[in-house]
Amino acid sequence: MSTYDKSMALTGQPPKILSRNQKMATLLGMFGLAIVLLAAFNVSFPNKGLWLTISLLSITMGTIWFSWDAYSQKLPGIKNDGVWFKSISSKGFWAWIAGIALTGFYIILYFYPEYLGLVKGGENKGVIALFDPLSKALSGNPASQWFVYGTLYTVAIFAFGIKFMWKYRHNRYERLRTMSVMFFQTAFAFIIPELMARLNGDKILNGGSLPYYDLKNVWPLNYYNFEGYRIKAFLSSGDIGFALLIFGILSVFVITPILTYKYGKRWYCSWVCGCGGLAETAGDSFRQLSDKTVKAWNVERWVVHSVVVFVTLMTTAVIYSYLGTDTSKYWLTKSSFLIGVAVLLTLVFAWVMIFKREQLQKDAQYGAVGYFVIIMALIGMHFFSGDGNVFLFKSETLRKSYSFLIGSIFSGVIGTGFYPIFGNRVWCRFGCPMAAIMGFQQRLFSRFRITTNGGQCISCGNCSTYCEMGIDVRAYAQKGENIVRSSCVGCGICTAVCPRGVLKLENGPLEGRIDSNQVLLGNDVDLMQLVNKK
Amino acid sequence: MENIVIIGNGIAGISAARHIRKLSDKRIIVVSAETDYFFSRTALMYVYMGHMKFEHIQPYENWFWEKNRIELVRGYVTQVDTGTKQLQIDGSRAIQYDKLIIATGSKPNKFGWPGQDLHGVQGLYSKQDLDLLEVNAPNKEVCKRAVIVGGGLIGIELAEMLRSRDIPVTFLVREESFWNGVLPNGESAMINEHILEHHIDLRLGTNLKEIVADENGRVKSIIITETGEELPCDVVGLTAGVSPNVDFLKDSGIELGRGVKVNKFLETNVKDVYAIGDCAEQHEAIGNRRPIEAVWYTGRMMGETVAQTICGNRIEYKPGHWFNSAKFLDIEYQTYGWVFSEKIRKEHEAHFHWRHADEKICITAAFHKDTNQFLGMNTFGIRMRHEVFDRWLTEERDMDYVMEHLSDANFDPEFFKKYEAEIVSKYNSDQGKSIKSKKKSFKRIFQTA
Repeated sequence: MSTYDKSMALTGQPPKILSRNQKMATLLGMFGLAIVLLAAFNVSFPNKGLWLTISLLSITMGTIWFSWDAYSQKLPGIKNDGVWFKSISSKGFWAWIAGIALTGFYIILYFYPEYLGLVKGGENKGVIALFDPLSKALSGNPASQWFVYGTLYTVAIFAFGIKFMWKYRHNRYERLRTMSVMFFQTAFAFIIPELMARLNGDKILNGGSLPYYDLKNVWPLNYYNFEGYRIKAFLSSGDIGFALLIFGILSVFVITPILTYKYGKRWYCSWVCGCGGLAETAGDSFRQLSDKTVKAWNVERWVVHSVVVFVTLMTTAVIYSYLGTDTSKYWLTKSSFLIGVAVLLTLVFAWVMIFKREQLQKDAQYGAVGYFVIIMALIGMHFFSGDGNVFLFKSETLRKSYSFLIGSIFSGVIGTGFYPIFGNRVWCRFGCPMAAIMGFQQRLFSRFRITTNGGQCISCGNCSTYCEMGIDVRAYAQKGENIVRSSCVGCGICTAVCPRGVLKLENGPLEGRIDSNQVLLGNDVDLMQLVNKK
Repeated sequence: MENIVIIGNGIAGISAARHIRKLSDKRIIVVSAETDYFFSRTALMYVYMGHMKFEHIQPYENWFWEKNRIELVRGYVTQVDTGTKQLQIDGSRAIQYDKLIIATGSKPNKFGWPGQDLHGVQGLYSKQDLDLLEVNAPNKEVCKRAVIVGGGLIGIELAEMLRSRDIPVTFLVREESFWNGVLPNGESAMINEHILEHHIDLRLGTNLKEIVADENGRVKSIIITETGEELPCDVVGLTAGVSPNVDFLKDSGIELGRGVKVNKFLETNVKDVYAIGDCAEQHEAIGNRRPIEAVWYTGRMMGETVAQTICGNRIEYKPGHWFNSAKFLDIEYQTYGWVFSEKIRKEHEAHFHWRHADEKICITAAFHKDTNQFLGMNTFGIRMRHEVFDRWLTEERDMDYVMEHLSDANFDPEFFKKYEAEIVSKYNSDQGKSIKSKKKSFKRIFQTA
């Protein structure tokens, strides 16, 4: 047998066997999960508060212990040895098992919460009952499937966040960023909304009750934020309710654009966002699985921008549906709202087409024109045809299909369930409308870029391989070109894994940000002028 | 239509092919015996370590070549007939060329050690070497110990690779300190320490006497010259440098030295035949450079240059300021301009060295003793900005200016600790100066003012 044949399987080295510490850590974590699982099968635990504490602590400590053992003995540095040899991180057997289990969990969570023990209007059973004590301690209410999910989600970000910080302990950008997502998840997504629920019915809300509001969750990620029932709840909850509504609007139109201009969309996607938080911590082991082909990039651009159009139409239709027609009652009417939307979209469209057209590729220009025409036609059609259906569909139909297709299936079942198969940022890359809008701004109007360090690139491919968004970073770096891509979430891993110090995330002047010249330093200047001649 | 044939699909050959395609419509054929598609040679180590799969180290998707009409031929060029302008591939197939570019790279050096061709003895250069390593050293059970001979960049990479699979490694380095023919002493000493931190059995000032075979013709052990000690091992890595891979040209009439002899235009003595990359040898070295430059970046630049010449714009290969980089286990290294080791540095070259008290971070700046002109910088564990150093070298800045503006050159990720203040204060106390470090300025860095 030739030696060449023998080595066809480049998986020569089996994954390292677990150390004794790691075995015990796994046992501890599994014990914690087992409690949750037993509860799911309606094993009734006598002292729920105690058992829940034991369970969550075991899961957290098991994960932390495991990663401590994995990294504490090693010198600080890149820890990717054997990533492509391990079944879990290279789409092997365990990856599929994990993917199927996670997907199953999401399907039950979204569509069959009764299997988790949800009882409407009665005492909860099963897992949800196990979480009742914690929920009651926080908000005073019994748990729901979302509370269970939120708790486990927070535990995952916390435990795997600690793992991530150990893994990248030589990298301060990664450590700070991870602390930030851990904080925002625990405080903003988990604790504050639960505490806010305690105010409901209180006199500072004028007896009203606030909708569940994760303050860092901005429209259109938070696609339901301006639905009728929420607006009513905000408006009937006194000054605090009103302030929150204003904050919701400001966060879309003022806070997000300013921060994205200054820092790129990373301020949100990899420092604040909960979806990003889970992807960066629990999903870190799967970042290398994202598809880097040009084909995948084309699919991404069409899919994610279609979601933006979908969410814009849906939200417009929903808000339209509950507005009145009488200007004397309320200044914002159906007509003025539609005109407002049309004007805003026209302004954005005109600005891009006039000032930024040369920065868009042909197909992006066609796409922009096409989508703009569609939205305007729908708004126009409606405007001139009187009432009836909002656009061609009923707003309720639009809302329901968005919430099912995008809110549940895309962001949950596919987005997270398929971590071990498609990588950890499938939702953020192909589905998240918020990421798409910020990306649009990042590409055209932001100080953020990844600077390529002259001619130092050796085309090794670590940056592209470990880019969770599937950006072929190397394609730019090896040409000496800066990376200015709308999908970049600024996780910073490309610069971390670069063995030659080629990449740097930075916020610099707009001028010369996108280097279309192939400035590869090293050659003498005359030659570079020739090479750059178009 | 002119027929351009390129032998070798490494960075030099492929850069030439890409740039010829950019500039012209000529027919381009690339012949390689090694692989079907271009890959990054410097990244082979990451495949063995499991950071990437082989397909990840191929910078272009497979459709790229057909789309850009670059024809790829897999085969070994056995003969070049410059009279009839014809190549023979694998002893039979013939390909005609109008212009020929030789970009065949290097092969590992073997210095006639007894036993150097035994099973289990190998270099680390090609894809085939990587495959062979996977057979020779798949894990620590099959390979209970490996001995690496030759303390250079490939040697330390091979050591890192084997350690990623927990294989015990003994590292024989001829010099009394790692790579100190190139690195100044302070830096070399720091790398010695780091090698030991990684549990590599580093033997400095140690030479290989012979490699001993077992009854099956496999390596059994090695014997050290200085002590006569016999070290049992299953794999011997020969990493004592590389030399041009040009044996197949011996009877072609193309002038050879150690490599293919070329003039400043990368032309050989035979008309329409060019040589680029590792295998090219300049008649006269350019500046402080060596006549043969086996470096990724120079291969790329020669490819870009020869493409211009072939497309009717005959120009000299004039590399700009020297730069290079490497990674020693966890320590990144970059160099800009010229910093020579104590062994070879010239009379006028003075050094300023700073090293962090606890961490493995240091820099060495070289400057002219009399004029104080900045000559170059080595940096370990701090990333620096290529563009800024390139500009300073062109502008012939002096050392004081460089120290004052060092923050502009910092390329570490955001929030990393900054060391400029410490570096400058050491410089001040060494040189009896009182320079103040300036704050980083985008205006200066990007010259936008």
